[in-house]
Amino acid sequence: MIKIENLSKSFENGNNRIWAVQDVNLQINKGEIFGIIGLSGAGKSTLIRCMNRLEEPTEGKIYIEGMDITSLNKKDLRKVRKNIGMIFQHFNLLSQKTVYKNIAFPLELEGLSKKEIDLRVNTLLDYVELSDKRDAYPSQLSGGQKQRVAIARALANNPKILLSDEGTSALDPKTTKSILDLLNRIREEFNLTIVLITHQMEVVKDICDRVAIIEDGRIIEMNEVEELFKNPKTHTANTFISGLKSHVTDEKYSPDEFNGTLIRLSFLGESAKKPIVSQVVKKFDININILSGDINQLVRTSVGYLILELTGERDEIKRAIEYLKNENVNVEVM
Amino acid sequence: MAELIIPSLLETLYMVFFSTVFSLLIGFPLGIVLVITEKNNIWEKPVLNKILNSVINVLRSFPFIILMIVVFPLSKLIVGQSIGTTATIVPLSIAAAPFVARIIESSIKEVDKGVIELSLSMGATVPEIIFKVLIPEAMPSLILGITMTIINLIGYSAMAGAIGGGGLGNLAIRFGLYGFKTDIMLVSVLVIILLVQGIQYLGNKLSASINKK
Repeated sequence: MIKIENLSKSFENGNNRIWAVQDVNLQINKGEIFGIIGLSGAGKSTLIRCMNRLEEPTEGKIYIEGMDITSLNKKDLRKVRKNIGMIFQHFNLLSQKTVYKNIAFPLELEGLSKKEIDLRVNTLLDYVELSDKRDAYPSQLSGGQKQRVAIARALANNPKILLSDEGTSALDPKTTKSILDLLNRIREEFNLTIVLITHQMEVVKDICDRVAIIEDGRIIEMNEVEELFKNPKTHTANTFISGLKSHVTDEKYSPDEFNGTLIRLSFLGESAKKPIVSQVVKKFDININILSGDINQLVRTSVGYLILELTGERDEIKRAIEYLKNENVNVEVM
Repeated sequence: MAELIIPSLLETLYMVFFSTVFSLLIGFPLGIVLVITEKNNIWEKPVLNKILNSVINVLRSFPFIILMIVVFPLSKLIVGQSIGTTATIVPLSIAAAPFVARIIESSIKEVDKGVIELSLSMGATVPEIIFKVLIPEAMPSLILGITMTIINLIGYSAMAGAIGGGGLGNLAIRFGLYGFKTDIMLVSVLVIILLVQGIQYLGNKLSASINKK
């Protein structure tokens, strides 16, 4: 369905040339959900943008259903783009247009009649369960609803491929789950091929068939998701997996054996560098017992988890947990 | 008093209305071209962008009074005379056009890059992006910018009164300043103030009422 050969993309930065994507080779099959995971700055966003030439590749070829899209002129490229839906981290809805008008937008570009547009938009609204919001403006919607509008809009032209550029990264875990369920449903009902990029292993675990790990612009590992979890070959793959809740460690600590409240913190990026635990001890009248933990330093960031036992007054513990959540740490009470 | 004020007010409105229309006709497209020809924008044309920027800066540096005198011959060519209410519309439009271009440029630049990217990903053409995305998305901000233009033009039109344009500015200077009729000067200024307040108020209201962000 999508075949990428020796793809590279570089940016000029003063006198420097920065290679965001280097020598990537990929083959994505029809009907597959293919994940590309990497940390910020790894080049995943550039890579997915090359697939509809929002970024022009510097070298290499991209074939979509056998057609080399890197050699298309602007006019033909626009035609191809109509067959490739795309959703974004920040939804990119038209803020001055209603939900209805947002979904109608690609159909208006196609030059469909009002009647045809009406029919199609209503079907799509129904499909993403937002019929009651048809006249609402994006500012009146929640994040999950906005992404559902964006998905409906991306599907309007009956594309064969859907690209998701961090489509769930701005959403809370519960909403992420519902959007992923929707993507899964779409894939089956519309026979769509989905390529998504993410920095969240949960997303890969939940819906991807295969995954590629990208680091410094290169694909360093690619496998079926299950295989990757069973047998990660690179250090980065390992860290991504261990950043997920590891059942093995958690099982060792059953909350019943402790008097205090057990919590599990997972960190990614900046929050791993902050002295969060000591801040909590200073700010709240509680004791903290560190039971287990693991922080891995990657090239540009760190991932890890900590299992803590909190003892003290109930309300104080509650407040401490609230505080941690506000510090961008993923907190799970066990 | 009223028989002096009302015709002058009408002259001011006449000058401001037509110079707003003409300066928008020139400045609006220029403002859009300024944005889309920038680097990494949808119609990248670095040379054109640079030339346009320089021309606009030069035009904006002209003090209005000087500009007005410089374009006397042009006014004469277009409206048949170089002074008077109608003739003043020519320098007013020329003075305001580069200002409008900058105002439109900054409004259009406020449009979220994400929606432009989205439009490109859907295969939209450059004109489609301009008319279906950039202008509608920037509309509340554009209205504020146009309001600002109108108010600036009221100010300029009053200045034009000093060298033979009509309107309230002319009244204030001719009767008030040179004719020592302080009351006429005060009332003229007061009417200008009310005009500015009223237009700003309407502009703010209109912009807020259509803004869905």
